[in-house]
Amino acid sequence: MSGKKKEGKHKYGMVIDLDKCTGCGTCMVACAAENNVSVQPDESDKQRSIAWMLIYKITNGKKFPDTEVCYFPRPCFHCENTPCVSVCPATATDVDPETGIVSQIYSRCIGCRYCQAACPYHARTFNWWHAYFPTTSWGPLHSESLQKLYSWWEGRPPRSKGLERYLSPEVSVRMRGVVEKCSFCHHRLMRAKEKAYMEGRRELEEHEYITACAEACPAQAITFGDLKNPNHKVSKLVKDPRAFRILERLGTEPKVYYLSSKDWVRRMADNYLEGEFEQKIKVKKTG
Amino acid sequence: MESALIPEGVKRCSPKVFFLWTLPWLGLLAWGAVSAFLCLYKGLNQTNMSNYFAFALWIVFDLAVIALGAGAFFTGFLTYIIGKKELKDIINSAVIIGFICYSGAVAMLGIDIGQPLRGWFIFWHVNVHSMLAEVSFCITCYLGVLAIEYIPIILENRKLEEIKELRLFGHNLHEIMAIFAGTGTFLSFFHQGSLGGLFGVMFARPFAYREGFYIWPWTFFLFVLSAIAAGPSFTILCTKLAEKLGRKRLVPENAYQLLAKISGYLLALYIVFKIADTLGWAYGVVPEAGLRLMDFYREGPYGFWLVVAEIGIFGIIPAIILLVPQARKSEGWLIIGCLMNCTGIVLNRFVFTIVTLAIPVMPFDRFVSYLPTWQEWGVALAVLGYGFLLYSLSYRYLPLFPRERELNPVIE
Repeated sequence: MSGKKKEGKHKYGMVIDLDKCTGCGTCMVACAAENNVSVQPDESDKQRSIAWMLIYKITNGKKFPDTEVCYFPRPCFHCENTPCVSVCPATATDVDPETGIVSQIYSRCIGCRYCQAACPYHARTFNWWHAYFPTTSWGPLHSESLQKLYSWWEGRPPRSKGLERYLSPEVSVRMRGVVEKCSFCHHRLMRAKEKAYMEGRRELEEHEYITACAEACPAQAITFGDLKNPNHKVSKLVKDPRAFRILERLGTEPKVYYLSSKDWVRRMADNYLEGEFEQKIKVKKTG
Repeated sequence: MESALIPEGVKRCSPKVFFLWTLPWLGLLAWGAVSAFLCLYKGLNQTNMSNYFAFALWIVFDLAVIALGAGAFFTGFLTYIIGKKELKDIINSAVIIGFICYSGAVAMLGIDIGQPLRGWFIFWHVNVHSMLAEVSFCITCYLGVLAIEYIPIILENRKLEEIKELRLFGHNLHEIMAIFAGTGTFLSFFHQGSLGGLFGVMFARPFAYREGFYIWPWTFFLFVLSAIAAGPSFTILCTKLAEKLGRKRLVPENAYQLLAKISGYLLALYIVFKIADTLGWAYGVVPEAGLRLMDFYREGPYGFWLVVAEIGIFGIIPAIILLVPQARKSEGWLIIGCLMNCTGIVLNRFVFTIVTLAIPVMPFDRFVSYLPTWQEWGVALAVLGYGFLLYSLSYRYLPLFPRERELNPVIE
């Protein structure tokens, strides 16, 4: 009952170097801006906020001065063996065999949230509210007092002006009651393909299609590319002895890899019984 | 005027008393209606569900009432397919309980999905690999079967029976009831199982994941078995409650005893398989995921007591009570046994829904808690109110119990 499908020509994936990641959050902001991720009435409620890219902060659990911190940026892992795709009753999520990208069809999603329950990474978020982007006018409610009354009823702040101008026309805004998730900036792939087609090419260059988070990362911790193309940097990085994936032993086969030279970080990425975890990298003790 | 609707030869309370009796249930329905309106109009932000608790109280209620409503198909199967004639005295009650449970569950699911107007997409854009699709198909069809099984009972109403066409239609439906009982059994087997499969196939959630046979995880078969073990017990409980409230015998003792005995045997069988499944999971799935059994039972209130309660207290003990003839022949023990049996099954559905989602899978993830809002309780308890109301109306105006007159002769 897994969502494993026949492999196509490409397999897009990501490598995140945790040794480089500073946890600055630029990837999250870039992702939200690029993909029209809406804000929620109460953004302090992190269990219901929407984040396609989320950063987890982990520590080695030791007291000062031995404390170490690491940040795990977590997009959707676009698993090869998807826990989410096979469970969706309405075929609202699918794997593109040509690219390996796991898509979400918002206009088909019925909002049953079974995919959320099946995903152990919390990569899928549900729209508990209407998408909120402050706009210049608010549907039929042109009167300010009516808008105030409506916003009180809806439990969200009244709309100010202008944010709709920042919305990307390439990404559809999601409605209340559907699940959404990282799409590996699929619209960028479409754009790059169209450009290549216009130039009479069938294949994309490595730099032509990268995700917003990879592009924005100031520490260049995120590398994106085709895992099947031996010339792409990602396909070399996944062979790095520091490379690992989160919850690898569950068999989901994520297409997002991490790099870390710290054994305690690698240890935190999966569950191990006593004596199972193999220390691959000997870290020099300092001080 | 109203007395003309009451079945002939039986005694019912006065309209005033009946009206007062319906008030609390109407109150629950009103609370549910307000809650449902808010959830449909303002969205599921009215609940305390979150991206961690994608399934919550409503799914627990859904799974629980569907399991408890299994008494309808199973009693139908025993009556019409196996030929246990003594169960004809309780089959109407079982059908109505089943109808209440299934229609309540479907209504609750309609509110639970984020886009209720797209509910039909499950049928239009169906993903045949999804257990939820299988559940939706079978539950919808089976609700239709239950409605067909309910119609002849409604048509037996004194006033409706006076209309020749309706009487003939009802009579003819009665004649072919075995076909519907068979269809109901087939559909129920698959949706009860698929509800178990729903969790068993989540291979990235080691708490719920199970190996299995062909495409069906073991939870598929365990859910079927547990539902047919608990369903008859729930039918007994509801009918006994009707007897207590009406202060009269409605069903001959042999029908109760047969159902209780079957319930006991099936529960015992289920518990044996459940223990085997738990051991297989603890020594198979769990270590393969890099975990120890107790890793699942250290978060929040979800300790190992859940296993002890589910298998031991609410599994083995009711099985013994229902299996021992001396115990089940005593009315008190019979009710305790049935009550414990039903509690165990509700606990099982709770564990599979809530605990599965509560336990973090990523080692650096955290445990979050969940408490339902009044809107969630409102919708869930409305099913209870609806159940009491529909059963009360059916009991008052329809000849639910064929032996009632015989068991309670009216002395002029």
